[in-house]
Formats: sequence, C-alpha cells, structure tokens
Amino acid sequence: MAYTVPRPKLTLAEKLYLPAIVKGLILTFAHFKKMLQGRTHVSMQYPEEKWDSSLPEYYRGAPTLVTDTFGRERCVACQLCEFICPPRAITISPGEITPEDKFAKVEKYPKEFKIDMIRCIYCGMCEEVCPEQAIFLRKDYAITGLTRADMVHDKKKLLELGGVMDGVVHKWNPLK
Amino acid sequence: MDFVNSIWFLILTTLAKSVGLLGVVLGMVSYSVYAERRVSAFIQDRIGPNRVGFPTSLLGFKKDFSPILGGLGQPIADAVKLLLKEDFTPAHVNKFYYWLAPALGISSVIVTLSVIPFGSTLFGVPMVIANIDVGILFVFALSSLGVYGIVLAGWSANSKYPFLGGIRATSQMISYELSMGLSVIPLFLIYGKLNLSQIVEWQVTNGWLLLPFTNGHIPHLSTILLWIPIFISFIIFTTSMFAETNRAPFDLPEAETELVGGYNTEYSSMKFALFFLGEYAAMIAGSSIVITLFLGGWHLPGIPDGSIASYLGLPGWAWGLVNIAVFFAKVFSFIIFFIWVRWTVPRFRYDQLMRLGWISFFIIAVANIFLTAGILMFFPN
Repeated sequence: MAYTVPRPKLTLAEKLYLPAIVKGLILTFAHFKKMLQGRTHVSMQYPEEKWDSSLPEYYRGAPTLVTDTFGRERCVACQLCEFICPPRAITISPGEITPEDKFAKVEKYPKEFKIDMIRCIYCGMCEEVCPEQAIFLRKDYAITGLTRADMVHDKKKLLELGGVMDGVVHKWNPLK
Repeated sequence: MDFVNSIWFLILTTLAKSVGLLGVVLGMVSYSVYAERRVSAFIQDRIGPNRVGFPTSLLGFKKDFSPILGGLGQPIADAVKLLLKEDFTPAHVNKFYYWLAPALGISSVIVTLSVIPFGSTLFGVPMVIANIDVGILFVFALSSLGVYGIVLAGWSANSKYPFLGGIRATSQMISYELSMGLSVIPLFLIYGKLNLSQIVEWQVTNGWLLLPFTNGHIPHLSTILLWIPIFISFIIFTTSMFAETNRAPFDLPEAETELVGGYNTEYSSMKFALFFLGEYAAMIAGSSIVITLFLGGWHLPGIPDGSIASYLGLPGWAWGLVNIAVFFAKVFSFIIFFIWVRWTVPRFRYDQLMRLGWISFFIIAVANIFLTAGILMFFPN
C-alpha cells in the first residue's frame, strides 16, 4: 500500500529559513563562548592530564612479573602462560635451581622471561592461568619504544614494573 | 623629469603594493586556516591545534615561544609539510589540464585582489593596485573563471569522485552567478559608478551603505527606505559569495563526507595546497568585496584618510596605515563569520541550491532592482 509521507505545514518564518540560521548561529556562538571562557571541560590534555587516578581496579595494562615478600621472583618457569598466550608474546627459558640454593625447593626458575609488547594483546590470560600468581597485569598502558628491541620486556624490566606482591599464593591458601 | 610623475614611480609603487598585498593575503590565508580549525574546534567543544609553538629553543632561547592560545606555529608546520610531501601525479590523468587546474584556481582569485582598495593613501600613493573603472565587473569576470580550475581538476583527474565534484561545481556556478550579478545592480543605481575606490569614497561622505548612519548623518526618508533593498542585496550577495567560494553550506564540489574531498581527491602536495590556498584566498577576496560594497571599505568613522597632513599629533601616513589595518580587521571579522556559518549550517543538496538560486534569489534580486529604482525615482535626495 502506498504510504504518503506527511509533509509538515511550514510557517512563513520556517520557509524563509533565515530565522533558523540565526538561531543556529546563536547556539554555536554559545558553545564557542563557553569554550573560550574555559567553562567546557570535555577534552583531556593527554600528556599533562592523565586518567591514571580514575583507572578501575580491573584495568588490564602491561603484564608484569612480581616478587614475593622475601625478594624471590614468584615465577617457577612452568611455561603455562607461554602456552596459553594467544598471540605468543611470551618466551621463557627455564633453568634449574641448584640444591645448595636458598630456594632450592622450587626447583625451577626462568633464566629468561620475555614479553613482546608489540604482540601482547592485554587479554590477561597469563594472569588467569598462572598457578603461582607470579604474573599480573598492572596499570601501565603507555608502553613505547624507538625500536622493536625496545618493545620486548625482559625479566629485569618486568620485575621492575611488577614490584612486590605480598601475601600467600591462593593455591596454598587453606581458606581459598 | 619629475620622478613622482614618471612611469618608473608607478611601476615601482605598483610592484611594492603587489608584493605587500600578496604577502599579507597569503599570511592571512595560512592563519585563517588555523582560525578555521580553532573556531570549529571551539564550536564543537573540542580544543583544536594548541601544541605547535615557535621553536625558539633551537635558536638558543630557554623555552619554545607559544603565546596566548598556543598552536600559532601550526600554519608554518602545515606549510612545511605540504611543501615537502611527495608530489604524486596518477598515471590515468590528463597531465596538461591536471597541472593547469590548480594554477587557474588560485591565479584568478589573486588577480581579483588587485582592484580592491585596501587602504586610503600612503605618501600620496593610492592603496589599490589597479584603480580601474570597471572595478566590480572585473571582479565578477575573474571570479567566474575560478570555477574552471575546479571543473578542469574534476575532469582531468579521470576518477569518479573528482568528476562528480566538477559537475557539481558547474551546476552550482550556474545557480548562484546570476543572482549574484543581479543583487549588486541596486548598489550601482545608488552609487552611480563601478570603480571600487570611488565607491568607498562615496561611503566616506554618505555613510556606509549597510549602516548609513555611521558617519553622523541625519537620515532622510530616502536613506531609510533604501536600506530595505540594500539589506536584501546584502543577504543575496553574501549568500552567493558563500556559494562562489565553495564554502559550507554550499561546499558541494568538495563535500568531504560524500565525495572524499571532491575535485581535489587525486591531488597531493603543493598542487593540493594551491587549491586550499585558492579557497581561502577566495574567502579573503569575497569578504573584501562585501566590505568594499556594503561596509565602507577601509573607512571607520572618526579616522581620517591618509591624505591629511596630521591629525591628533600623528602624521598622515600613520593614519593611512590605520586605514589599511581597519580594512584587514574588517576582512578578518568577515572571515570569522564565514567560519562561524560553516560550522552552523548543514550542507545543501544541489537541487536545493539550484532552487534557492533560480526560484528565490533570482526573482527577489530582479524585484529588488525595481524596488530600488522606484525609491530613487519617487524619493530623490
């Protein structure tokens, strides 16, 4: 069935179109003036102003390694994160811990732990899968570098970003 | 032989004026691009380019110089970028017209500026490059040529979007050109001359055309009655000027959102920049003409022209400079108005533009001529 689009009856002022333009000009000028007086705050001047303070608790930034209360790196080089990582950003070379060592009971440690931040997609699967709670996604998001090599975080950098994580590992926590 | 009356004096002063005017206009062009970006940003609650200052730290100063709102170095950075970009000519274009188009686009606009009186006199030299009697007709003739730049660009680029842009430019030209020409006829009935310098002088003695009471004149009946057709002329002429300079709401040949840039899609580097310069120079030329015809040119009530010996302890040439400053200040405010309108009114469809040009403006402009003639006949000064 044919449908006739209703055509509104326009008044003379609407037909002239000029009053509407004037109205529009007044509106845009109001925005201009408010901006000039600094009463509009929409944009954030990024490098000077940052949104760090309003980041939510669950924010997923750069993955990092953490150390425990005794200064030992928590990672035991089980390589679960390496296997789960969807873009294969993580590379681990496991090494044995000698029996004379203070932490000999752990057996293994990562000789090298590299995360390629060009590949990383910040999915957080490494954090989920880690049985030792050694890898955490922290709130760093501005990961920059001038070369590809700069963008590969090695163990030292990862531990530096991660800091210390106190408390028991959930796996060993009887309450959990 | 007296040097002041020799041909060499004429040549030298004309050359100096041309170089000076071109410098000022090109400077204004680059800063009106900046103003456009900044004003549009403010209207849309954004901030706009506010980072690029002048790198004075390279010259050994402590900090970069970035005054007031910041970003005043942006036009320079833009110019450097456009000059250094690869000038790419696609293989499928018609080379001759492809190269000709940007030159046509900008040269016609720049030549238009030569007849505009941008100041009174400076050391007895009139501040207009070519003081010719056809004045405004010359402007119309040349500004109509500007459309060839766009049409040729659209056609020679041999690609669909520029082609559509070119077609739109043609259809747009035939719709505004007629009413634009007709809308100024009432003015010439009033002025009785076409020479733009004499038009400004008329306005100095009789008050600005659009604001006839500016010079402290006692209004008589004919002035008040004439104000009505003048106002109608002003509306039609300004609207047509928007169409002529391809500015929103009539930026159909460019129409970024529909035609990916329109006629200049296939252009890059400095050839693109020439179109860009041409568009903004056309804005300046257009505003200068509106100001010369309707708003008193370089004149501001209470400020004498440059021919007097001294006034308020300042010599005549200083007042001549003030006149020039007044003219460019008026042009600049009009450009801000251009920008303001662009970010307020949405783009017309081109059938709407044609209807506006042919049905409304054409008829109103013709009726306006008769109205003015009638007023002049029955209420002479």
